[in-house]
Amino acid sequence: MTDDVKARIAARAAGELRAGEVVNLGIGIPNLIPGFLGADSGVVLHTENGLLGVGPRPDGDEHDPDLIDAAKLPITALPGAAYFDSAESFAMIRGGHIDVAVLGALEVSAAGDIANWAVPGRDVLGVGGAMDLVVGARRVIVTMTATSSRGEPKVVAACTYPLTAAGVADVIVTELSVFRLVDGELRLTELLGGATVDDVKDVTHTPFVVALEESHAAR
Amino acid sequence: MTAALLNSAEEAVSVVRSGDTVMVGGFGLVGAPLTLIDALVDHSDATDLTIVSNNIGEPGRGLGRLLRQRRIRRGISSYFTSNPEAVAAVNAGEIVATLVPQGTFAEAIRAGGAGIGGFYTRVGAGTLLAEGKEERVIGGVRHVLEEPIYADVSLVYAARADELGNLWYRRTARNFNPLMATAATVTIAEAGEIVPVGALEPESVVTPHLYVDRLVPAA
Repeated sequence: MTDDVKARIAARAAGELRAGEVVNLGIGIPNLIPGFLGADSGVVLHTENGLLGVGPRPDGDEHDPDLIDAAKLPITALPGAAYFDSAESFAMIRGGHIDVAVLGALEVSAAGDIANWAVPGRDVLGVGGAMDLVVGARRVIVTMTATSSRGEPKVVAACTYPLTAAGVADVIVTELSVFRLVDGELRLTELLGGATVDDVKDVTHTPFVVALEESHAAR
Repeated sequence: MTAALLNSAEEAVSVVRSGDTVMVGGFGLVGAPLTLIDALVDHSDATDLTIVSNNIGEPGRGLGRLLRQRRIRRGISSYFTSNPEAVAAVNAGEIVATLVPQGTFAEAIRAGGAGIGGFYTRVGAGTLLAEGKEERVIGGVRHVLEEPIYADVSLVYAARADELGNLWYRRTARNFNPLMATAATVTIAEAGEIVPVGALEPESVVTPHLYVDRLVPAA
């Protein structure tokens, strides 16, 4: 997956976020999203290790060793930020106080099941906050490439990898399209990067409804 | 009880016995009580330990040092993956890993410290991490019963303490420390700065001193 593909997915996902929303960004593509949010976006970022009001990454000389995000990378805090312990952070998450979680995935099913933490036969030793976030956030946006590094479709009829949670995805953004899960239905709502419906069908291992809408990306 | 103010981390950790369950604060190494961990590594013979910590340090740093001494029998954590040597030790059968979603991990420690006998959460239901756990449908939604976590000894880090053991944390170095301070028979805190009684604003105390048994200055 090239950096350009990742950036395009992140840019489109950024267009899903609205002023005033509290958003938790996962590791990987979601972490690129701040670069596509304007300084006045009004989006408030939460990191599960205990900060509401995440600011931009610091310049090298500003680095505070006590201030990191969930990827364990240095961050800054914006005016109006608040710190809290991990139990309170996850109370915010499970309690439905986080508007949006954006995260990567290995597979997403047509029913909105997400598999993003374990590969069978490899170690299943890191889950972090993924299960809490997909269950607790009011809206779950998955950002991922349409196919795996081995070329296998990642939007599937049923996940083959261990589940993170069942029936939780609301939006899937890939380099080719946007899918929305509405009323138990997987809908293709937008084509990206010049892709056609047939291009999307070629890399999607499940039927879907074509319900193209106007782009939200420029909002 | 108020905390005993000790000058020696070695003396403070002498309470740890072989076979004990030891909680260790920190998200990665941020907020980790490195002075106490190093004292445990360098001056204690206690082995066969169960470590409750979000991560098992990093290679050769923090709990990663204790891991290299093969003194950890079991780990309870949300993310072993941040230390490849911990993953290797699990895969080699040298330590038993119990993987817990991060929010469940935090809440189980909170419950342990608050005298709660367990709680039901939607997180993990229907996944590998709920296998063998009691389930109950609440409000039409599957929930998993999670038991509290309690330790023999907790090791925590605070940026500032007063001489009674009241603790104040800085930025995202707070994370699991205030929870773990409540959930052990003996809580040992190390503080970056120890100030006289009365020098901390009572409203800014995060961990009241009754939770803290032993207090040492950070190295």
